[in-house]
Amino acid sequence: MQKDTSTTAPSTTSGRIRHRKRSNEVIPEVSKANGTQLLVNDKSKYKSMLIRAYSSIWMIGGFILVIYMGHLYITAMVVVIQIFMAKELFNLLRKSHEDRQLPGFRLLNWHFFFTAMLFVYGRILSPRLVNTVTSDMVLYRLVSSLIKYHTVICYSLYIAGFMWFILTLKKKMYKYQFGQYAWTHMILIVVFGQSSFTVASIFEGIFWFLLPATLIVINDIAAYIFGFFFGRTPLIKLSPKKTWEGFIGASVTTIISAFVLADIMGHSKWLTCPRKDLSTGWLHCDPGPLFKPEPYSLPGWIPYWFPWKEISILPVQWHALCLGLFASIIAPFGGFFASGFKRAFKIKDFGDSIPGHGGITDRMDCQMVMAVFAYIYHQSFVVPQSLSVEMILDQILINLTFDEQEALYWRLGEILQQGIQRTS
Amino acid sequence: MLEFLHQFPPEISKSNGNHLLVNDKYKYKSMWIRAYSSLWMLASVSLIIYMGHLYIWAMVVIIQIFMASELFNLLRRANQDKRLPKFKLLNWHFFFTAMLYVYGRILSQHLVNTVISDKVFFRLVNNLIKYQMAICYFLYIAGFVWFILSLKKRYYKYQFGQYAWTHMILIVVFTQSAFTVANIFEGIFWFIFPASLIAMNDVGAYFFGFYFGRTPLIKLSPKKTWEGFIGASVATMIAAFTFANFLGRFQWLTCPRKDLSTGWLQCDPDPIFKPESIPLPALVSHWLSWKEIAVLPVQWHALWMGLFASIIAPFGGFFASGFKRAFKIKDFGDSIPGHGGFTDRMDCQMVMAVFVYIYHQSFVAAQDYSVEMVLDQSEAILACGIASSPLGHNIDILKRICNEKYIGVFQYTEPFERVEFLVELASLSCADLPSSMESAIVTDVE
Repeated sequence: MQKDTSTTAPSTTSGRIRHRKRSNEVIPEVSKANGTQLLVNDKSKYKSMLIRAYSSIWMIGGFILVIYMGHLYITAMVVVIQIFMAKELFNLLRKSHEDRQLPGFRLLNWHFFFTAMLFVYGRILSPRLVNTVTSDMVLYRLVSSLIKYHTVICYSLYIAGFMWFILTLKKKMYKYQFGQYAWTHMILIVVFGQSSFTVASIFEGIFWFLLPATLIVINDIAAYIFGFFFGRTPLIKLSPKKTWEGFIGASVTTIISAFVLADIMGHSKWLTCPRKDLSTGWLHCDPGPLFKPEPYSLPGWIPYWFPWKEISILPVQWHALCLGLFASIIAPFGGFFASGFKRAFKIKDFGDSIPGHGGITDRMDCQMVMAVFAYIYHQSFVVPQSLSVEMILDQILINLTFDEQEALYWRLGEILQQGIQRTS
Repeated sequence: MLEFLHQFPPEISKSNGNHLLVNDKYKYKSMWIRAYSSLWMLASVSLIIYMGHLYIWAMVVIIQIFMASELFNLLRRANQDKRLPKFKLLNWHFFFTAMLYVYGRILSQHLVNTVISDKVFFRLVNNLIKYQMAICYFLYIAGFVWFILSLKKRYYKYQFGQYAWTHMILIVVFTQSAFTVANIFEGIFWFIFPASLIAMNDVGAYFFGFYFGRTPLIKLSPKKTWEGFIGASVATMIAAFTFANFLGRFQWLTCPRKDLSTGWLQCDPDPIFKPESIPLPALVSHWLSWKEIAVLPVQWHALWMGLFASIIAPFGGFFASGFKRAFKIKDFGDSIPGHGGFTDRMDCQMVMAVFVYIYHQSFVAAQDYSVEMVLDQSEAILACGIASSPLGHNIDILKRICNEKYIGVFQYTEPFERVEFLVELASLSCADLPSSMESAIVTDVE
């Protein structure tokens, strides 16, 4: 993969040396002429389609392999994707001229990146980590105290970075440095916000990661194909290649495939069971009421020759419809945001790691919006009760000694006995 | 009066060397202005402290609104804004969403405790809290979509800049105010003590610099001196130790507030606010004729807070100074005569509030986390559960606690004779224990 070291100087800086790399330069005529841009009219479209298809197949193949390997490997894949995204974005608005006068500034970015990673993954994975090391006394104590002081550690690292930043402020570069500081924060929030939700979804069950991601891919591909064959009316000025025909066709396709895919995926235990620790072996669990098929008798107007009189639907398929609706209507706004951003700062692509598609951020822009939605939907509508139980259990684990845990257990039993007597 | 303050001759801000307060001719006049507005601020804060937690929260919210206003206005360019109507409205939409999210999370338990007696309100509040995250998320997405649909052809860069700027402001303003409010409801002590430490550090640095300041401290803030810095550090730490003793004796300040009421507070004071006698070393007791002094354990924590307030919190001020230099602004606003805007006063306070919250959660609260507190929380949730959902749900909770690996935690940390007791407990309270776990328990006994 090529490292993208190009910089584009925005037009407001005068008297500075401009560096332009050819691959990133926006050809001005194409972006201005709105009408003749549709894919239907593009002559070289078949060639670019083949390149895109080729790299798509590779991406999908690699993705399926990682899914097969398990939760920990998927998390590792997410982390790797994140590192590349952060790298692309850090490089994006840097001006190499100023950067030479500020040694160590790049290191500061990575310091904040490392702190954010520790904080985010520490929070999500700490209960699982505890479960993994319960067999070893020494390791358990070590891990417990690390988790107890996790927030303090991350905070101290952040404050150290903050002080480092202030002490490296250089007289004529204040504005550039503050701009870079704000930019670093925004990147880290965007990248880690969505990836933390992604990882949390993974450990709830690969289903809650795989289905949303697949829906976005299906939506993208369907929009491309519908636009390829039928696209006439432009959708939005920000992305001139998108059309209303593509948008609507893709929406219908996505919702239908959401319903069908949820059924297929919901039957696999590997995908639906939550992972409580950091092991990599096979999973067994009681699937939970969402994944148990419920029979529905078909309404009377179905013709007599239709072989099935009733169909079994997993309740999760109704949730999948909501996910599909979001994936087709709202998630594309992530793509529009990225397009607008690229126009604002006059860049063609975030990077060039993937042939035919641009950089990793270009692929992940809609995925990010979807991952956040999927997690929030899951927490609010699918498992409303466990949140409080998890919080309490975390606190018990971290803060109570064994004697206290025992006492708690005993008292809790009493409370529930009273509750049963009260309501019966 | 405000116009006079803004007419400072420009040479003063540019020349670095002869800028120290000791040499400043105007210093007595500006000192009186600062003292006057400081006294007013002190008086109003004291009044609000007296009135209680809810009013302090309201004060924090108002300060926040002013700070956000100042900061939103700061980097806006007037002529570009005229072509983009409703952009200001978008900023306030995000502000409202952030407020709902942050305060919803912190005060949800308190709100539940307040309405627990009223069945109708209870269900309503419960549902709101359950879907709070989803509500805030949808509000945010609505703002996001609105932003994208309002992008105008030649203003992309300006609009994206404003969008990022809005996010940074809201994060800075709401993170620290969230922690401030959380501190307040833990006990007013944890809000007023750090705030007064910062104020003392500021005042101490000012006076030490006024009389002794010679060596400049940092290029970013040319008026600050090493003498002021060190003098203020020592003064702050001594003040922290003694002031904590004074403040820790008031129940109004040390009791946590569990709901949103405004009445008087009664509570059993936390062990860190109970005096412990420390015997003085022989030399000191000979001279002072006291054999031992009563020290509240919180005073040791106060030393750490004083250390942070004097060494690290000033970096918040340096950050704000650097920021003002970078964007060539004199002050964030002009609401407070002699001091600038709200953000100018709050810059060090913000850094301190975050530190105090994290310190409290990690080193103070963790020590006195008790079975009672967990049971209170569990009872509240179970009460909700009993009131609003079928019985089987509660048994499921206990079953989950039984079946989860947390039982494994019980097993491995203490002598194994406890295990038999656990098996008895389990058979009493759990409907059925999975056979694998039972056999694991049994083998450990052997």
